[in-house]
Amino acid sequence: MRLTVNGKTYEVDVEDDMPLLWVLRDELGIIGPKYGCGIAMCGACTVHVDGAPVRSCTLQVGDVAGKITTIEGLGSPAAMHAVQAAWVEHQVAQCGYCQPGQIMAAAALLSVNAEPTDEEIDQTMSANLCRCGTYPRIRKAIQTAAGKLREHKS
Amino acid sequence: MRWRARRIARRTFLVGAAAVAGGVAFGVYAYKRTPSNPLLKELADGEVALTPYVRVDQAGVTIITPRAELGQGVYSVLAALVAEELDLAWGDVKVDHGPPSGAYYNGKVLEEALPFAATDHGMLAGGARVFGDVLGKFMAVQGTGGSSTVADAYEKMRVAGAAAREMLLLAAARQTGIAKADLKTRDGAVITPDGRSLSYVSLAAAAAGIDPPADVKLKPESEWRYLGKTMQRIDIVAKSTGTAVYGIDLRMAGMIYATVRTNPRVGGSMKGYDAGTAAKARGVLKIVPITGGVGVIADNTWRAFRAASLIEFDWGPAPYPATSAAMFAEVAASFVPERRDSRLKDEGNVEAALAGGGAMEAEYRVPYLAHAALEPLNAVVRLGDGRLDLWTATQIPLFVVQRAAAMTGLRVDDVHLHAQICGGSFGRRLEDDYVRQAIELAKALPGRPIKMTWTREEDMTHDFPRPLAIARTRGAVKDGKVDCYDLAIACPSVGASQLGRLDMHIPGPDVSIVAGAWDQPFRIPNYRVTAYRVPELVPVSSWRSVGASGNGFLHEGFLDELIHAAGADPLAERLRLCWHEPSRKVLEAVGEMSNWGSDPGKGRGRGLAFTLSFGVPAAEVIEVTNTPHGIKIDKVFVAVEVGRVLDPVNFENQVQGGVIWGLGHAMNAELTYADGIAEQTNYHAFEGMRLYQAPTIEVRALTNTDEVRGIGEPSVPPAAPALANAIFAATGKRIRELPLNKAIDFV
Repeated sequence: MRLTVNGKTYEVDVEDDMPLLWVLRDELGIIGPKYGCGIAMCGACTVHVDGAPVRSCTLQVGDVAGKITTIEGLGSPAAMHAVQAAWVEHQVAQCGYCQPGQIMAAAALLSVNAEPTDEEIDQTMSANLCRCGTYPRIRKAIQTAAGKLREHKS
Repeated sequence: MRWRARRIARRTFLVGAAAVAGGVAFGVYAYKRTPSNPLLKELADGEVALTPYVRVDQAGVTIITPRAELGQGVYSVLAALVAEELDLAWGDVKVDHGPPSGAYYNGKVLEEALPFAATDHGMLAGGARVFGDVLGKFMAVQGTGGSSTVADAYEKMRVAGAAAREMLLLAAARQTGIAKADLKTRDGAVITPDGRSLSYVSLAAAAAGIDPPADVKLKPESEWRYLGKTMQRIDIVAKSTGTAVYGIDLRMAGMIYATVRTNPRVGGSMKGYDAGTAAKARGVLKIVPITGGVGVIADNTWRAFRAASLIEFDWGPAPYPATSAAMFAEVAASFVPERRDSRLKDEGNVEAALAGGGAMEAEYRVPYLAHAALEPLNAVVRLGDGRLDLWTATQIPLFVVQRAAAMTGLRVDDVHLHAQICGGSFGRRLEDDYVRQAIELAKALPGRPIKMTWTREEDMTHDFPRPLAIARTRGAVKDGKVDCYDLAIACPSVGASQLGRLDMHIPGPDVSIVAGAWDQPFRIPNYRVTAYRVPELVPVSSWRSVGASGNGFLHEGFLDELIHAAGADPLAERLRLCWHEPSRKVLEAVGEMSNWGSDPGKGRGRGLAFTLSFGVPAAEVIEVTNTPHGIKIDKVFVAVEVGRVLDPVNFENQVQGGVIWGLGHAMNAELTYADGIAEQTNYHAFEGMRLYQAPTIEVRALTNTDEVRGIGEPSVPPAAPALANAIFAATGKRIRELPLNKAIDFV
């Protein structure tokens, strides 16, 4: 089976019904996407398939049709995506375990909605659980990132 | 002379506590010896250690931050304490948890277990705190918990930084012939009067040969560059780019993957199992019985999960009542003299005051709660070549190593713990059950690194939760004032349960049963707080803010009822009752922030609660709207007294996080049991707060005292009662049981 992750193509020999998350983590060593619940309730495993956010813990690898982007492919410490830079600016993370999923969800939101309202942010981001309670900062960081992305475009 | 009898009882308790250590004299003797520097035996070529907290190699300075990084930012704040005195450039600071060692004992972590209120500055209380420090050092408690990290480290890590700086200055003075007094330091280098810069790295080897000074002078606060200012968290870039590596993320050559399945009736036995199908599943390497269940070792974590789900088990019964109803019945039956655990507050004459007629009474309840940290428990373990290596996150590293040694027959020195950061803990990693399971797997399959990961379901059903509790409250009002408050709390003992699993016992009362209730700074004419210890049901443990997590609701809920019955204002009456000046300031601040007393608007309500826990007075005002779809939490105002704010951003993040933790669980979370098994197996049934429900949270730090305090927990206890009191204000509905959504809907 062939997968494209972060612009790189991999050949993997796994069962069709293995969730994408575990292919990424245990077969390919891409550990940014996290295991939190295994039933698409927490969002820590969020990755993009052709730019759309998916829960990799319940998406069977055999059903993946498209290019996969994980947090590692969104940006790097040396070249951060605007959402990641906003997460640093607002010092959002506490334990940080949910943040790869939060950041991927936020980046997907901003890619289709450059100027989300507070309500749209609330709706979209409520599918991602944070046990440390970083929600107030997540809201602010998304607004900052949205502003930055709009500046780049104009 | 009633007070004298009470004091003697307290003294008895202390002697009892001392017995744990097996002899005070030796304890004090051991305490007075300076622990050896644990870094010295582990140094690689080219590394030196100037103090137990400062290691230098060719690449620069590494600060040892020997507490568990659970998300609360301890690596950053501890590093800042050293970096401030050592004069390092913040951007160059590297941190390492370091080896487990008694040198890193926590002298404050036992303080909460003492039967003295944090507001008690009497001689006996002071003596007990010193004793707690002695005991912590003697017992080598390298623990993370009790909001004690900053309080414990505030002086000792600044001294470590200053001592290392002094050694480097002396080395530079010897090398250059310039008097030490004429040398300065800046950003990791000693600066000579003519402007030459000698890097710490170049001086380290010479400095290491100098004895650490006995006395050092700390910088005055006015010269601080980092402390008190906003610093970039050391881990923030890694945690924002997916490059932070948690225990669950570790990969190493030859690694294999595992999971475990044990009796979901916690502590129950496994009578038998059939792994016939599982053993044939793809990728399965070995299925081994372990204590209370089996481990499945495979070539991929998901294959281990799947194989475990194919095993048929015959589980033994639960060693506790099978249902929540039966457990609550046991709690309700515990308000009897033979189960009385303590009566640490007994002022005035409660019985006489209640006999006067017009007494009120009520019953309050709080449920079991899971820690449910987002990173499921895990550990990597490798046993072979006469050594055991453990890679995991733990709040009790020395216990882990000692108990691992006992399990394997290895010497303690041959057990190597490599501390990891973790995705939350909230107290869960004060246990070592998951590490012990991983070691059992390593014994069954030595020689290879095994990464054991729990499923979320295993995590939820094998928690040691926050205990359930019932409060029976009585009280009376007189002339528009609260005159009598009699609070009795029945709760299983966290201390007995948790320490019991570490083969220890608490010899006296368990203060946590009434923490956040007996020690509140109110002067009510007739005021009594009694603890009843419920025999162990489901084994329980510390959960963010421990006893106070539920007791804040129990104490403040009924106090609000009494104030209402008196026809008094909740803020004004608490201020009238409060004798402790820093607490009064906190109440006044939250009143001002929330514009207390103004009209909240139609369908809206404002609730106030106050809890002093971990030495921190915390007051919260919550504003809610009663919408057609349920209660909406609009705004929270929080004021706390912490002595010093060492990092304003992290401080605010911790306080807000604590409020959200408190509110989320108060709204909708509980662990219930049927057939001896927790019914909530994943986040669909244990929700907490989601982003759309998060209120705006305004935080104010007061620094009127000299007592530096930790802030990871104290904002939790007042959140639930402030919310319940706000709901009462908005709807007239008094809810006396958590979670609140049993009685009212939330948007």
